[in-house]
Amino acid sequence: MTRFILRRLLQSGIVLLGVTLVVFLLLQLVPGDPVRVALGTRFDPETYEALRSRAGLDQPLPVQYASYVGQALTGDLGVSFRSGRPVTAIVLERLPATLSLAITAVVFALLVAFPLGVLSALRSGSVFDHAARVFSQFGVSVPDFWMGIMGILLFAGVLGWFPPSGYVALTEDPVGWASHVFLPAVTVGLVTASILTRFIRSSVLEVLAEDYVRTAEAKGLPTRVVVVRHVLRNALIPVVTVVAVQLASLLGGVIVIEVLFAWPGVGRLTYDAVQARDYPVLQGAILLVAALFLVVNLLVDLLYARLDPRIRVR
Amino acid sequence: MTDEAVLSVADLTVTIGTRRGAARAVAGVDWSVRAGETLALVGESGSGKSMSVLAATGLAPRAARVTGDVRLLGTDLAALSAARRRRMRGRHVGFVFQDPMTSLNPVLTVGRQIGEASEVHLGLTRRAARARAIEMLELVGIPSAADRVDAYPHQLSGGMRQRAVIAMALVCEPDLLIADEPTTALDVTTQAQIVELVADLQRRLGTAVVWISHDLGVVAGLADTVAVMYGGRIVEQGEVDAVFAEPAHPYTAALLAARPDPDANVTELVTIPGTPPSPLELPEGCAFWPRCSVRGDSRCERELPPLVPVSAGHQVRTFYPRQPTGEDR
Repeated sequence: MTRFILRRLLQSGIVLLGVTLVVFLLLQLVPGDPVRVALGTRFDPETYEALRSRAGLDQPLPVQYASYVGQALTGDLGVSFRSGRPVTAIVLERLPATLSLAITAVVFALLVAFPLGVLSALRSGSVFDHAARVFSQFGVSVPDFWMGIMGILLFAGVLGWFPPSGYVALTEDPVGWASHVFLPAVTVGLVTASILTRFIRSSVLEVLAEDYVRTAEAKGLPTRVVVVRHVLRNALIPVVTVVAVQLASLLGGVIVIEVLFAWPGVGRLTYDAVQARDYPVLQGAILLVAALFLVVNLLVDLLYARLDPRIRVR
Repeated sequence: MTDEAVLSVADLTVTIGTRRGAARAVAGVDWSVRAGETLALVGESGSGKSMSVLAATGLAPRAARVTGDVRLLGTDLAALSAARRRRMRGRHVGFVFQDPMTSLNPVLTVGRQIGEASEVHLGLTRRAARARAIEMLELVGIPSAADRVDAYPHQLSGGMRQRAVIAMALVCEPDLLIADEPTTALDVTTQAQIVELVADLQRRLGTAVVWISHDLGVVAGLADTVAVMYGGRIVEQGEVDAVFAEPAHPYTAALLAARPDPDANVTELVTIPGTPPSPLELPEGCAFWPRCSVRGDSRCERELPPLVPVSAGHQVRTFYPRQPTGEDR
């Protein structure tokens, strides 16, 4: 098991290195001069050159890349062009907002999708099944920003139950955090719930047709035992992957939703960094997202090995 | 017990609603099996042999409509609630299905799968059920059962898996064992072992067995009575020796003739021309008529032949039973 984890960590490191290279090269292709943006419209050539060489931008590309990776290994992701603060600090302080939104959204999505998906599979063709299908069709096809705006109008505007936007740290004021996270989490979660409902339904339906479910019924086990022990145990294995992919993509920051709800997460940070051509921050944000993705994947692999005895790790 | 049959089925009909209309998978079938006795249901794929057994025990697919009289140990199953029918099935009937790989749950240990029915029906604790599972694995001849009990299905060989399935079917000491082509997915030497094992266990436990098969060789050595099915109906039934020695129905005769003879040096196998009828469009008269070698008159085409006695306990559904020649084998 330890060897498996070490191997996966090593693989993750290689992937992460690849990500730095891709991000680094991509940013070379982006038009616009970050030094010019940082200096504004009026500057003299000396200041320009000084800033350029301080940022290392006058060095050849391989040298720039090598020094970037070298510093990244020590946790130094450079300095923001715009604010002059260390990128690592900027990125990390956005992490709690994104994490808490993503996790709340996924938990909400699971609470909705699990009963909906399982019940509509068990009663496929029923009115309930059709209603669930309409719901998930709605969730997948309606744009999330529109749902967000409608949510703000209804729950913040008309009813006044929740604040329209803003963020309060969970550690400072849990109640305030909850009331602020509700609308963005439900908005994002509804989309995720729709995707999951469909997936869970088809996964359960597939397992219901398996021979071993008939075997379990032949044994005369109570329906509850057949469903929980034989159907769900198997049907939920692939669902784990989809949940993880959803979670990982939410960790990347839901840019539109974060902007809409003034949520100071990684998505918002990425958006602002692109606007300001703040390359170091952009690189840092992408790197963080990639790292989170890899962590989630690693956890899924470990979970898989626990759930499915056929993929016991050697 | 008022009825000496363990399971009896009378006028069993199974209709399955499909998009292209109602398919009559089983059309009025009667059979019964007594304690310690083996009944073989024989026929091609789609002849209704599996469906008749699944329907009788309440395991037919949801789309199926089942009518007829089914009695398990004298109890009318149709009169029971779904929950009581389920309990009755689990307690008194054990099932062995065709493919042990797919009929076992891949994420549960075989011990757990063998023991769980005894927890439900015999009220054993989880620990006792595990001990019982080890006992059952020993009974079906799995070496080092105490270790294998915690194995997952994929860690066992095909033959071992089918032994585990048999252990699972027998864990509550059922009165009836239903074996639905249990050797089809296995290699030939393993097949022989499994047949041997079931025969041996039946002798020791006195279980009634319904053996569904298309392998006439296995049936000849194992069964007491045989029912040959074609197009959802029984076309011939009786004691296995009588039926095999003097098949009265052209279909049974053709089936027996199609068996490869290991002694004869033939290059071509004997086949029955044509294909079985679709359950969606069963002919009005004899279902076998289009493929029949005897091919009587237009009466066969229009009229369904009744099941008539040939000799004591030997019945056949044809207008033109083959005359006993005494040299058919």
